[in-house]
Amino acid sequence: MSAVVKYDEIEVGQEIPAVDYTVRRVDLVMYAGASGDFNQIHWNERFAKMVGLPDVIAHGMYTMAQAGRFVTDWAGDPGAVVDFGVRFSSMVVVPDDDRGATISVSGVVEEKLEDKRVVVGLTAKSGDTRVLSKARAVVQLA
Amino acid sequence: MALNRDFVGRTYPPSAPYEVSRVKIREFAAAIGDNNPLYRDQEAARAAGYPDVIAPPTFPIVFSLQSGGEALVDPDLGLNFAMVVHGEQRFEYVRPVCAGDELVMTATITDIRSAGRNELLTLRSDVRTVQGEPVCVTYNTIVERGGAA
Repeated sequence: MSAVVKYDEIEVGQEIPAVDYTVRRVDLVMYAGASGDFNQIHWNERFAKMVGLPDVIAHGMYTMAQAGRFVTDWAGDPGAVVDFGVRFSSMVVVPDDDRGATISVSGVVEEKLEDKRVVVGLTAKSGDTRVLSKARAVVQLA
Repeated sequence: MALNRDFVGRTYPPSAPYEVSRVKIREFAAAIGDNNPLYRDQEAARAAGYPDVIAPPTFPIVFSLQSGGEALVDPDLGLNFAMVVHGEQRFEYVRPVCAGDELVMTATITDIRSAGRNELLTLRSDVRTVQGEPVCVTYNTIVERGGAA
């Protein structure tokens, strides 16, 4: 019930190295089932194009989940995350091939708060495009 | 079509209790590709101080619309669901969601606004156990593309 990262050893500006996460069509199918979000734009190319999208796009929440995983793997305890918010600034387009798309997540400690909490600013990119903005997590450190 | 601003401030009846199961948490963790043992292994979760396996931070999205979801399909709101994408999402946690929790959601539409050609609607959902213990609060902002055009 506690993070492995120690508050006293963290400095503002400290960077958390990027991690790449792959998203393929099968991941979106699994995510649709697990989350209950069956919006066709996440699995039906014909429908996605009909409503003006370039192709099937990932659930925003799939991308947010990868950003969450990035934070919880860093903190060492998912229960250490006390606040987590994002804006979905661009789409993650997922082609119908075996490689899929890549979501690259990195972080920086933006602020040290009271009670051993820190604000981690997150960057998530697919190719050169930022797919999350205003992405931040407040984490309770040890 | 512009969304009906009369919906701002509306609070919806509490949902039926949602029972958090180990199986659903494991399914969700597998779907996001996260192998953290605290999502799967009761012993690991107990060793970390939790009563049972816990859920990933974004898991509450599974049940967060169980109260208030009917508002989004209410014809009076005027939402064209085919044009909806997810705009913003935020979770404030009191503690992680844990297997065995029975959770009740109470939703309020906190905001409807235009941004460029789009319409944005924010639904806040207060998540508590059936005993009344607060667990988390979720804020779900959806975007109706072209809705304000």
